[in-house]
Amino acid sequence: MDLASIYRAEYGRCVATLARLLGDIHLAEEAVQDAFTTALQKWQTPPPNPGAWIVTTARNRAVDRLRRESTREARHAQALLLLHQQDDPQEVGPVKDDQLRLIFTCCHPALAPDARTALTLRLLGGLEVPEIARAYLIQEATVAQRIVRAKKKIRDAGIPYRVPAEHELPDRLPPVLTVLYLMFNEGYTSTAGPLIDADLCSEAIRLARELAALMPDEPEVLGLLALLLLTEARRPARLDRSGELVLLADQDRSLWNRTLIAEGHDLVRRCLRRNRPGPYQIQAAISAVHTDGAATDWPQVLALYDQLLALAPTPVIALNRAVAVAEVHGPAVALAALEAVELPGYHRLPATRAELLARLGRDAEARTAYDQAMALATNETERAFLQTRRTELTRTRRSS
Amino acid sequence: MKQYLLSVHFVEGAPTPTDEEMQTMFRETDRINDELQAAGAWVFAGGLVSPDSATVVRIENGTTTMSDGPFAETKEHIAGFWIIKCADLDQALAWAEKCAAACGPVEVRPFDDLSQA
Repeated sequence: MDLASIYRAEYGRCVATLARLLGDIHLAEEAVQDAFTTALQKWQTPPPNPGAWIVTTARNRAVDRLRRESTREARHAQALLLLHQQDDPQEVGPVKDDQLRLIFTCCHPALAPDARTALTLRLLGGLEVPEIARAYLIQEATVAQRIVRAKKKIRDAGIPYRVPAEHELPDRLPPVLTVLYLMFNEGYTSTAGPLIDADLCSEAIRLARELAALMPDEPEVLGLLALLLLTEARRPARLDRSGELVLLADQDRSLWNRTLIAEGHDLVRRCLRRNRPGPYQIQAAISAVHTDGAATDWPQVLALYDQLLALAPTPVIALNRAVAVAEVHGPAVALAALEAVELPGYHRLPATRAELLARLGRDAEARTAYDQAMALATNETERAFLQTRRTELTRTRRSS
Repeated sequence: MKQYLLSVHFVEGAPTPTDEEMQTMFRETDRINDELQAAGAWVFAGGLVSPDSATVVRIENGTTTMSDGPFAETKEHIAGFWIIKCADLDQALAWAEKCAAACGPVEVRPFDDLSQA
């Protein structure tokens, strides 16, 4: 294993542990980075437990640094506190719980939503600022500034470093789930660059697994994990050999990852037994229907979308529901259902309208809608897909 | 323990509460004050007279000048505040929620480390 992949795998865990020990995220990050620099110089081959090595080294570096800078009384006290933790058995290896605490700290409702995602990706995902900027199509300086501000607020405002109590969870869990969901989505359909960022997807799944292991009684956590697994399972069939996007209906199902599908289905069944449906669980159930058997049971998908729309009446869900409506009641009914949907700037609305118009033989209108969708699509692979559909439209009509 | 300022604001031009609403607000605030004291989180609290009564004192080039009116050119002014002490932001936010229910939006702002030694 090379240092780069160790960094990717261990960074988040080490920062989380150091943040618990130091009570300061900024110091924790600096200490972990110092330790990785030391590792770069010292390791011929990585030790058997590289994470534990990094944590111990980082802690020692932090003690040194705090002693050097202990002009202020608080710093001195901090150094003493750390020294007295010398025999703390929890330091031997990074503790899962630390990461969960850090996720909740990063997703605290007192932080701005865009800062929460950036901070989670940086501290727990170990992503660098340029990577985050690329994923969200924003300036590196903006990302850096958001992260610095958020870390400063955590410290200055005294945002606690802990998993919220049971009664606080209904308020505190949703932003955490949203961050993991957004992180996965950005990996699955990147705003720019290559369509898929597999590392970002697996990092979101890893964090969702941690969350599910620590909160096995929260059905929405299981729902989110199931949704991510079932979506990830279809990834190998999403692009053809030439890198073109393949629609769900045309995908080679033998390429789907059966292990992930089995795990996802199992989680959906566990959710059903709980009978406390939420938006992530229903979306997972929809994915479960898609991945069950040789073809999609569209009436069942539509019934689930109706339930989802009642629970979370958002325009994106209304748009996705229209796709199911088209399969069950035909494109004309679906088109009518789309009339009330407003999603300015989102290419999938005109793209869906274009598909429906094409199926109705209204070619001229379909072409206009494809043009609108292409103008809005930010990802090259998606734009190429729309262009192909638009060209095919002309060709089929000519040959018929 | 950290100290937090919980401030409530008065917005120029906003409809004035009725006498009855004011009475309820005062009653609720008293109740919260009692609760803060019982919990040991109370430091100080008070309501302020309208910003028209404010005076700004400045020293420019060694000369002291005074001007009538508030410092900030804004339509939102602090109308009253609590100073509380608690372990972390979550506790401060829990108090702020109670205060907001009684008096409208509440800004929570931590004191810096130096002023709470």
